[in-house]
Amino acid sequence: MQALTNRSKRVSNKKLSLGERLYLPAVVGGLGITLKHFFKKKVTIQYPEEQRPMSEVYRGLHVLKRDEQGRERCTACGLCAVACPAEAISMTAAERQPGEENLYREEKYAAVYEINMLRCIFCGLCEEACPKSAIYLQSDKLAPSFYSRADVIYGKDRLVQSMETIKTAKSLKSGLTTSDRYVDKVWKNGKY
Amino acid sequence: MVQNLFYFLSFLAVLSALMVILSKNPIHSVLYLILTFFTLSGHYILLNAQFLSIVNLIVYAGAIMVLFLFTIMFLNLKDDSFTGSRLFFHLGSGLVVFTLAGLIILKVATAPIAVADDAHFDSQIGMVENLGKVLYSKFLVPFELVSVLFLSAMVGAVMLGRREKGEKNF
Amino acid sequence: MELYLFLAKGTIILLIFGITLLIATYSTYAERKVAGFIQDRLGPNRAGPWGIWQPLADAGKMFFKQDFIPARASKWLFIAGPSLAMLTACLTSCVIPFGDTLDLSFLGIEKPVAIQGIDVNIGILYVFGLVSLGVYGVMIGGWASNNKFSLLGAIRAASQNISYELAMSLSIIAIIMITGSLSVSEIIKDQDTFFKWNIFRQPVGFIIFIICAFAECNRTPFDLPECETELIGGYHTEYSSMKLGFYLFAEYINMFVSSAVISALYFGGYHFPGESIVAGLLPEGALGHNLMTLIGVGAFFGKILFFIFFFMWVRWTIARFRYDQLMNLGWKSLIPLAIANILVTGAVLLALPEIKGYISSL
Repeated sequence: MQALTNRSKRVSNKKLSLGERLYLPAVVGGLGITLKHFFKKKVTIQYPEEQRPMSEVYRGLHVLKRDEQGRERCTACGLCAVACPAEAISMTAAERQPGEENLYREEKYAAVYEINMLRCIFCGLCEEACPKSAIYLQSDKLAPSFYSRADVIYGKDRLVQSMETIKTAKSLKSGLTTSDRYVDKVWKNGKY
Repeated sequence: MVQNLFYFLSFLAVLSALMVILSKNPIHSVLYLILTFFTLSGHYILLNAQFLSIVNLIVYAGAIMVLFLFTIMFLNLKDDSFTGSRLFFHLGSGLVVFTLAGLIILKVATAPIAVADDAHFDSQIGMVENLGKVLYSKFLVPFELVSVLFLSAMVGAVMLGRREKGEKNF
Repeated sequence: MELYLFLAKGTIILLIFGITLLIATYSTYAERKVAGFIQDRLGPNRAGPWGIWQPLADAGKMFFKQDFIPARASKWLFIAGPSLAMLTACLTSCVIPFGDTLDLSFLGIEKPVAIQGIDVNIGILYVFGLVSLGVYGVMIGGWASNNKFSLLGAIRAASQNISYELAMSLSIIAIIMITGSLSVSEIIKDQDTFFKWNIFRQPVGFIIFIICAFAECNRTPFDLPECETELIGGYHTEYSSMKLGFYLFAEYINMFVSSAVISALYFGGYHFPGESIVAGLLPEGALGHNLMTLIGVGAFFGKILFFIFFFMWVRWTIARFRYDQLMNLGWKSLIPLAIANILVTGAVLLALPEIKGYISSL
């Protein structure tokens, strides 16, 4: 039979030679290998003190961006929800009232914007679908673990970018959200 | 001090030897037998026979008793498979035991009491060097005969353990 | 001064015992550290600097775990198992001379005091006796657990220990023939120069002995009694809390004692190369002698620590043997090899004086 790949190895049942049957040379060779590893550089990253650098394009926790004047960018067009393969995003649109121009950039905005983190697969298609550059998957923040199902559905309170980070954000894809403070609050109240 | 130790060891030896017969569980019997060997080794040390005592421990307590324990652990001794007349069994075994014990006691009681010969007493007689010298000079023929006996037993064991032709497994 | 002699001897024995326990404790830490390093990890490093309090944390954990005795277990024997394992392990180190003698004449002790528990003329047999008894701890514990896996582990331990004890004793006989004594201190005294170390005179015997030492300590690649993949935990499946801790701890003490015996029998004990040069540098008299002894103790412990490391090194290198391979190796390779070694040694011992005489007559 013709081999499908050139990587296949022919197994032989030939008798072991005396040197192989003695087994000790092989043991010494093995000891040499382990000793080499003993002095190798260790790959461990000591987590809390030391953190692995994350890629610029890493897809972490979502954030709903504000523009330079602190207005929410999202216009509740629903393209992200359509693009989402896991159907994790749902939203309710509302019309901007007079006097709210400093809060919402467009005339229509998302009154409710929810992402179900149990469904989300962090594919980033919402990010690509958004015409208003409103939703991003942050490159420097992971979705925290959760202890009850109520914590899993992230509403606007935890998704919208906090006002403080508008200026300090390093790049488009970075910037802390209120979710940090939310987690802190929940932990302190002990109601998770 | 030594006398007290002797009495303690003897008491322990007799007690554990009795427990070998009296305990219901065969595993406990074996463990008591091991304890008996320990007390005997203690007696050897009191007699300044260090070599004999440690060899007693290695061979009997360390090897043979392990095999005993090993075999008994494999057996399922829960069900009483003894059939036949219980009375006859007890009578017969009692007769044998009492005859044997009577003979031994009779022999021991009538034997002349050996007195330690202080003039020729050598406290180093039980040491390895002296033992070796005696074994390889005075008792050379019996020693070699015993070795031949052991060798034949070993060859026999190997022959029994060998895989015969057509036999699939042990 | 009887009292001073008694005190000096007592101090030495207590020190040996304490150091045995300390080294065994830190072997658990070293084992995990070595495992980590060999696998490109760091090992435990959170409890204290470099994790040096890890053994204490482990012991604390062991103590506070639930101490469980299975309902149908034989209770007394269940407790006796780990106790026996610990007892036999602790008793062994008393015949090993950890150093030469100390000259304590300033305390009024006339005779030099050996750094050794007891110097009996059957020293090496005493070690074997206790090693052969060590298997009872495992067997009794395994049987008393009333668990099939434990029983299988116990039976494996018993047959393995008996098989390898034979080859071990046979490999030692060659050394006894060379030295002409069973006493460990005599065997060490015989290896006073570097090229008289028994490793050079008995290389085959050394290989047989170290393989058997691994098997007797139930260390990988011969840890079949506690083979996790086949027997869950082997003989200590049912054990928890400090009883389990005793079994594990006894293993480390055995490892320490085996390392000590290996370095005493084959690597010259407290002797080290360049001894005469060092002795020339030291002052004359009691002080120099005592300093020399202490340096020798240091050398001995260096060798012991290396062999403990070697035990761990091998553990994280070689995979476990299959049971039939274990038995084949023991009975069909090591024992015939050991017997051949005895014959060759005997022949050389008889022939050497003849050859020397022949050479000198030329």
